[in-house]
Amino acid sequence: MAELGKSVLRGEDVTKIFGMGKVRTTAVNKVNFDFHEREVISIVGESGSGKTTIAKMILGLIGITEGTIYFNGEPRDISTGKKRKEYWKNIQAIFQDPFATFNQFFKIDAVLLDCINLRGGKNLPYEEKYKMMEEACSFVNLKFAELTNKYPFELSGGQMQRLMIARIFLLKPKILIADEPTSMVDACSRATILDYLLKLRDEENMTIIFITHDIGLAYYVSDSVYIMEHGVFVEQGSAEECIIHPKAAYTKRLISDVPKLNEEWDLSTVG
Amino acid sequence: MGKVMLEVRDLKTKYVTRMKEDVYSVDGVSLTIEEGKSLGVAGESGCGKSTLALSLMGYYFAPLHYMSGDIIVDGQNISGMEPDYIRKHILGSEIAYIPQAAMNALNPTQKIIKFINNVIHVHDPSMSKGDIYDMARERFEKLGLPENVLQKHAVELSGGMKQRTVIAISTILSPKVLIADEPSSALDVTSQKMVIKMMKQLMHEGLVKSMIFITHELPLLYQVTDDIMVMYAGQIVEKGTAHEMVFDPIMPYTKGLMGSIIVPEDGMKANKLEAIPGTPPNLKHPPAGCRFAPRCKYATPECMVYAPPVKKPAPGREYRCLFEEKYLKELYANG
Repeated sequence: MAELGKSVLRGEDVTKIFGMGKVRTTAVNKVNFDFHEREVISIVGESGSGKTTIAKMILGLIGITEGTIYFNGEPRDISTGKKRKEYWKNIQAIFQDPFATFNQFFKIDAVLLDCINLRGGKNLPYEEKYKMMEEACSFVNLKFAELTNKYPFELSGGQMQRLMIARIFLLKPKILIADEPTSMVDACSRATILDYLLKLRDEENMTIIFITHDIGLAYYVSDSVYIMEHGVFVEQGSAEECIIHPKAAYTKRLISDVPKLNEEWDLSTVG
Repeated sequence: MGKVMLEVRDLKTKYVTRMKEDVYSVDGVSLTIEEGKSLGVAGESGCGKSTLALSLMGYYFAPLHYMSGDIIVDGQNISGMEPDYIRKHILGSEIAYIPQAAMNALNPTQKIIKFINNVIHVHDPSMSKGDIYDMARERFEKLGLPENVLQKHAVELSGGMKQRTVIAISTILSPKVLIADEPSSALDVTSQKMVIKMMKQLMHEGLVKSMIFITHELPLLYQVTDDIMVMYAGQIVEKGTAHEMVFDPIMPYTKGLMGSIIVPEDGMKANKLEAIPGTPPNLKHPPAGCRFAPRCKYATPECMVYAPPVKKPAPGREYRCLFEEKYLKELYANG
């Protein structure tokens, strides 16, 4: 692991409780985390463990019941729309389903132009904007000339997924949350997507947070790993510590459930 | 050598699009599976894995059309049979098919047992409801599924349980061949393991005589199946035992696929993850030469012109490439 940069995002006793009165569900229970500049983090857990809830809280899409999130060392303030917009310049996300990400009524140009505008390039001449869009598309091996004047549904799934990464290339956020970015694609495209994301990290000094249930992916890409069960982190540490030498019983079970190449897959551990 | 359960000879099928264009989706596939064996099919999205599964059933409906070739299930040639006959007498009892997202097949307004009643009624109208219930209960018990599932509605079951229920129902008539298309892809790792355990149990107890397992997840195939074949653009490009295919691939495409495997194992992190650039070709106009050539980093001008022959270096092993195995291995060794 490269030496850690300064802390960009820190959570203290972050809690999320859904529901009111007697019907309360604690989705995330007093979790603490500390993410640094240029770090790749994975939050691993099964369905329903609360990992997407954490992602949404970090993004500011849902409120936090208790606890504080510190951004760049200061408590995060997203109380007004303007402040929230400012915050979103620094933190962006890509989601599992590329089809649901884009507004189907906007052409690709509009989607990408929006990103440039958000970055403060609103008053640039169109030629310059065009050049930026071209550059972003070529970063992910797409040709902008072929995409212009098309709607999102005219693209294939793979193209859309790459376009999502092109958006991030234009936005250049400090932190990127990737919520199950590869759960719907085959192993080959997964390698391509990871390639692009890690390239972004290297070029833009980005912090990337992977939210995933793919333990192989978490091990391969991350510097540090957080294992989540029922709303709490049961284990955290470097990828090596957490996944090759797990301590928590839950992590051990999770890892034993993944088919591997160099050891026998023990099927007797499940009912 | 065991009894041959499924033999496919040079099967060709096509899709006909709305513009009346032909897309050759399965192009000359031959394979044999013996009793008690399982065969894995791997490949990228869009390489024809699922179409192969549909074609093997012998049950064609537009836009998929049969062109030529034989499908022989336990000595019976089913190619060219009437679709209605196939539905009643072949599907379920000879060949069972589990499609992707099979669990969505359960009707949310029906109890599971009613669904089973319907399935069995098509094949054997003489069976009484009581007999069917006993049969279902016995099978569920054997496979470790609780009996009360029979009286539940689909919405009351978890995803993993639904998937296992669907597999139990589709194999209730003890088919000779089970075709499973991504049976565990939508599930988390623990439910996936339960599904796989059940499928292995089905094979082990002889409730299913042979299995074709389709997925893009190579570590899973390696653990589950005896043999693996890799498909690309509607053709089989390499075939061999699971161990050979993972640790000793010959054809560059297979080599590329193996380069994209990620498993949480010691030392994996040091490996460089390699993606194959580009996308599979459009099968409306397949490339003249080797179909993989436009994406192959070892391709020569000859590759673009001459279609590679199928070479068989050892029994059960075959690959499709212009180059010899030895030459390819040298290329890999030199990077």
